[in-house]
Amino acid sequence: MLLNVETVSKTYPGGRPVLDRVSLRLEHGETVALTGESGSGKSTLLNLVGALDQFDSGEITVAGTALSGLDERGRAALRRGSLAVVFQQFNLIPSLSVEQNLAFHARLSGQSDAAWLSHLTDRLGLSALLARFPEQLSGGQQQRVAIGRALAVRPALLLADEPTGNLDEVASAAVLDLMLGLVAETGCGLLLVTHSDAIAARLDRRAHLSGGQLA
Amino acid sequence: MRVRVLIFLLMLPLGAAAQGFAGLGTDADGFAVPERGQALAFPRDHGAHPAYRIEWWYVTATLTGADGRDYGIQWTLFRSALAPYELDGWQSPQLWMGHAALTTPDRHFVAERLARGGIGQAGVSADPFEAWIDDWRMAGPGFNMLDLQARGAEFAYDLSLTAQGPLVQHGDRGYSVKSQDGQASYYYSQPNFAVTGTLTLPTGPVALTGNAWLDREWSSQPLSADQNGWDWFSLSFDDGTRLMAFRLRGGRGDFTSGTWIGADGSATPLPDGLIEVVPLDLTGVAGREVPTRWRLTLPDKALSVEIEALNPQAWMATSFPYWEGPVRVTGSHDGKGYLEMTGYD
Amino acid sequence: MRRAAIACLWSHWARHPLQLLTLLAGLALATGLWSAVQAINAEARSSYAEASAQLGTGQFDELRAASGPIPLARYVALRRAGWQLAAVLEGRMPLPGGSVEVMGVDLLAYPALPAVEETSDINGITPADALLAPGLLIARPETARRLRAQVGLPPVTRSQNLPAGVVLTDIGTAEILLNRSAEVSRLLILPDQPAGLAPLADLAPDLMVVPAEGRSELARLTDSFHLNLTAFGLLSFTVGLFIVHGMVGLSFEQRRGMIRTLRALGLPLRDLTWLMLGELLLFALIGGTVGLALGYVVAAALLPDVAATLRGLYGAPVDGDLALQPSWVALGLMMAVAGVFAASAQALWRLSRVPILQVQGQYAWSAQGMPVLAQAGIGALMIGAGFLALAVFDGLVAGFVMLGGLLMGAALLLPPLLTLALRIGSGFSRGPLGAWVWADMRAQLPGLSLALMALLLALAANIGVGTMVSSFRLTFTGWLDQRLASELYVTARDDAQGTEIARWLHSRADAVLPIRSTEVQISDQTVFLYGIVDHPTYRDNWPLIAATPQVWDMVAEGRGALINEQMARRMDLWPGDTVTLLPGWSLPVVGVYSDYGNPTGQAMTALPALLQRVPDLPNTRFGIRVDPAEAGDLRSELADTFALPPQALVPQAAIKASSLAIFEKTFVVTGALNVLTLGVAGFAILTSLLTLWAHRLPQLAPVWALGVRRDTLARLEVLRSVALAVMTAILALPLGLVLAWALLAIINVEAFGWRLPMHLFPLQWLILLLLAVVTAGLAALLPARRMHHLPPSDLLQVFANAR
Ligand SMILES: Nc1ncnc2c1ncn2[C@@H]1O[C@H](COP(=O)(O)OP(=O)(O)OP(=O)(O)O)[C@@H](O)[C@H]1O
Ligand SMILES: [Mg+2]
Repeated sequence: MLLNVETVSKTYPGGRPVLDRVSLRLEHGETVALTGESGSGKSTLLNLVGALDQFDSGEITVAGTALSGLDERGRAALRRGSLAVVFQQFNLIPSLSVEQNLAFHARLSGQSDAAWLSHLTDRLGLSALLARFPEQLSGGQQQRVAIGRALAVRPALLLADEPTGNLDEVASAAVLDLMLGLVAETGCGLLLVTHSDAIAARLDRRAHLSGGQLA
Repeated sequence: MRVRVLIFLLMLPLGAAAQGFAGLGTDADGFAVPERGQALAFPRDHGAHPAYRIEWWYVTATLTGADGRDYGIQWTLFRSALAPYELDGWQSPQLWMGHAALTTPDRHFVAERLARGGIGQAGVSADPFEAWIDDWRMAGPGFNMLDLQARGAEFAYDLSLTAQGPLVQHGDRGYSVKSQDGQASYYYSQPNFAVTGTLTLPTGPVALTGNAWLDREWSSQPLSADQNGWDWFSLSFDDGTRLMAFRLRGGRGDFTSGTWIGADGSATPLPDGLIEVVPLDLTGVAGREVPTRWRLTLPDKALSVEIEALNPQAWMATSFPYWEGPVRVTGSHDGKGYLEMTGYD
Repeated sequence: MRRAAIACLWSHWARHPLQLLTLLAGLALATGLWSAVQAINAEARSSYAEASAQLGTGQFDELRAASGPIPLARYVALRRAGWQLAAVLEGRMPLPGGSVEVMGVDLLAYPALPAVEETSDINGITPADALLAPGLLIARPETARRLRAQVGLPPVTRSQNLPAGVVLTDIGTAEILLNRSAEVSRLLILPDQPAGLAPLADLAPDLMVVPAEGRSELARLTDSFHLNLTAFGLLSFTVGLFIVHGMVGLSFEQRRGMIRTLRALGLPLRDLTWLMLGELLLFALIGGTVGLALGYVVAAALLPDVAATLRGLYGAPVDGDLALQPSWVALGLMMAVAGVFAASAQALWRLSRVPILQVQGQYAWSAQGMPVLAQAGIGALMIGAGFLALAVFDGLVAGFVMLGGLLMGAALLLPPLLTLALRIGSGFSRGPLGAWVWADMRAQLPGLSLALMALLLALAANIGVGTMVSSFRLTFTGWLDQRLASELYVTARDDAQGTEIARWLHSRADAVLPIRSTEVQISDQTVFLYGIVDHPTYRDNWPLIAATPQVWDMVAEGRGALINEQMARRMDLWPGDTVTLLPGWSLPVVGVYSDYGNPTGQAMTALPALLQRVPDLPNTRFGIRVDPAEAGDLRSELADTFALPPQALVPQAAIKASSLAIFEKTFVVTGALNVLTLGVAGFAILTSLLTLWAHRLPQLAPVWALGVRRDTLARLEVLRSVALAVMTAILALPLGLVLAWALLAIINVEAFGWRLPMHLFPLQWLILLLLAVVTAGLAALLPARRMHHLPPSDLLQVFANAR
């Protein structure tokens, strides 16, 4: 099993519980859509799975590693290796070129694979844009760089938080096609937050958050 | 420009005293030169002779304390002239150096004083006799009765000297030859003073009695260029006879000379070659080897003695260093005396 | 992992080279000015130490007479009592181009003469050369050259191991050069003394033992001078750090997104923090090194003037060559590193608290300051604490603590005061654009306040120092006119010639005023005691700053003494008090006169009264009152009649000129540091405006979108910056005046021993105000030009990227 979320709860300081004993499983190669109303806690759950934030109770296991036992260094190591996140905002490093941004996560985790990277670049249609800087790219182009950066490390689990939320429908569909194709190619698991039923329908399974509970 | 050092270089023949291991075999420019046959006159010649380059008043005494221990003291005033005249004030060319020492069987104290003539800090007057540098002095109504004082950081002495016999003139009526080349000095002594007095050690005062020997010498060129060191003995034997003997070590061999002094004070000069001295034992002193046990033979007088330092470490660590200390004499004649050695480096 | 992260952090600087350059420049400026001052101080101090080692001064206790020299016979008597002493005879010998200090020592006894012993120039010199007439002089090559140019002097040997302006020789030669015999100036008590000596107090009750530490007059006086410089160096350093702070803040702000991404991608916070610390350390070392080079250049340029001041004012032996000292390099780099981390502490602290996930609050970085009221409170507290320190403690340090508190407090008070001013100003605004401009200025204030503080400090320092220097010059020229009333000053070869000259002048001059003095020891300090004759020259001109009625009658009758201001302040003696001039001779103080440019104490009374106590007073110097028109003729006639060298006959004008020259030089350094500080402050404003630029666009874009043209916006940018600078300058004026007061009334009194009246120079302020306007205008011009040429697409992007 790739991901196992077991009765995880999360309350932000001074607020009501956002997640209440949520459980979720995800097998190797499986793609799951996480849907729910705005404010229902989708991003919160994704950030917990992505080892970006800490939960109050329960347990999350990613590729055999229990998150509750990790300190800040351990969580950082997990983010460099097994996990990759694609955010709604593109989160590229503005002072690095497209090429450097693409290679960055892989270099950070010390596992550069030039052949794979150039394959990714081709597949994402970024070959002509390598020398540019993020501010010189359109939104869809930027998101493709972010996806490329994430997949360059060949993560076991790819997390994506409304990766096409900033894009128009056409661009959105193109980016999604690319992402799903590459996910299939690498065989990694995918947990994708989306508002869109159409997108959710293209994934293996769908999990719906409501009232702090998964349905 | 090491003024002080240079001054001492100039004084070397002085400190070397009768030894002269520094090159003063050079010309005496403008300075008077000793001449044979020039009669000494007293009390005038007890005083300073500024026209000569170097001069000294040199007292050594072998003493026995009320505590039964042997002591030795040295009191020396050297004069070294930069020019053959005297001036009043700081402009005086006459430089003075005092050395005082006190030797016990296990300690050796040394002090040194420097001064310039002309301002009254140091000098010698003949009549009444006074020789002084700072608070060190040797003075009396005449040369027969002298008070002798000196002090250093750790010692002091205050002695009364009373002459027991006549002055002794060395060589040819005071004209003492110092090398095969004929370099010479004026040289006379009072070898027989009875001494009483006190010395002050870090442990307290000691009353003592004994015997003192005073040397007077002045010259402008006492040594040959090749003479580089000197062993000088003043010995008082228990039978009342005395011996002054020296060996000048030079490139052309040793030059020995001396004076045999009878119990009545009569002097017999001992020309080159009569005296034989042989070092028997070397002692490590101040980083060098110095002979501190000697055999001295004088066949003419059936004399064959062994001479041994009371304290082999009697090193004079002054601006110009040398060895000087009391000795014990055994053999054909028993007695006491003083030994001075220079030029051992 | 590290390599990738380092490359990523570095990519920011590669994309923003100007930022990096500014950061390094700020750091280099801060380190540079600070190190320059340190280099000057270190050089001067090592000169003192070297001089003291070379001449053996300050290492041994000494014997001195209560007044004047010690008779030679006393020395010999003490020697014959067993005391081991070394005699020294010293005095000044006039030479063309300035007199030199002749130090005659008994070469046979003087304990420390490395200079003499290590000179390389000595081959072939014998003791006879040094000790016998004509003797031998030893001096530094520069001094030696001057000595050799004189006829009739003994041969000169050069030695690098002597202080500038000192001639070392045997005491016998010194007697002849100085025309003094059978007397010595002082006796060194040698360290090794025989046992059982009679105490000096019994042998020589009239001589005083001055302990080695007790003779630190030079050190004390010059210490004040160096503290002065240090304070200026620190001010420059602080101002430079404002730049560093601004740039580090900007770079962290701009890299906030990068930092968050790096962490999201798995770079641990600790590693990130270390990397950023390493980055800062590297910058500190680079900037520090450049700063050291800069400091060296500045120091080398300023040192000759400082050396001239120290020599002229204190007679301190400093020459104008700068030597590089390893400790100086180490200290400079340490300051740079400490400065960078101090300036970055806030940014680093915030870095450690950047949440990975939070998105909003981008603007928070530089705007989050202290609440305005708290800041005002702390500022007021600091000013109060400074003045409290001054009230409780005295001395130079308390003075500087007060200044520090005042400046820092005022800097903290600046933003609250500006906020208040802007709030009042917005009340007068007409129209929507006006209202926006005022509101926008207020919004901009937090980001600019550090730079404005730097400007405030620089301006205040300028006003303060400018006022001090100008006050000084004004007072000093007036004082010179009073004090140097005689038309001609003459120095005779000896007393006999002096008497002759006086007789000769009797019929040819309006008056001949003898200048006769002796050195006395009062409260362990050397004081020059003068005997004067009663003459209108004194009654009409002498610059008294405090006096009893009938002061001149009292002095003329020998029933009162005048003392100089330095002595009055140091010994706290004022009219009504009594001063003991010589053992057994006390007089009431009847007046205090100002005596600028003289480090030592001075006292005056009637000549006959002084001659009664000190009969052998030298009689070689005279002031001559004569019709100014005839002064020139009289001078040449005097020179011819008595075969006097030119330096023995000095016209009033020449003394005035050389005195003024010394004082101009005294303030060259302060002035230079001042200008540099203002430059740094201007630079700080520029960097702050550039920092703010990133935040400006989102605020300007809506206004632009609403129809305000870009050139109008650009003009408003400059206007705003200038307006803030003008307000700062106006607030700097009172601060600068308080600073000037503190410098004149506290720092100067401690450092030099005199207090100067304060004069105001409004024209100077106007110039400074203009300078501030120009500085701020120029600093705003760069961002404004950018604004003017900004492509509309950039403004549009603000909306595109708004999230
Ligand atoms: N850092 C935070 N501090 C406090 N409350 C937070 C924080 N982040 C999120 N919340 C709250 O937690 C709840 C869940 O937020 P979350 O961002 O997970 O929602 P979401 O499902 O991703 O919504 P959306 O579809 O709008 O992105 C919301 O009510 C939100 O206000
Ligand atoms: Mg969300």
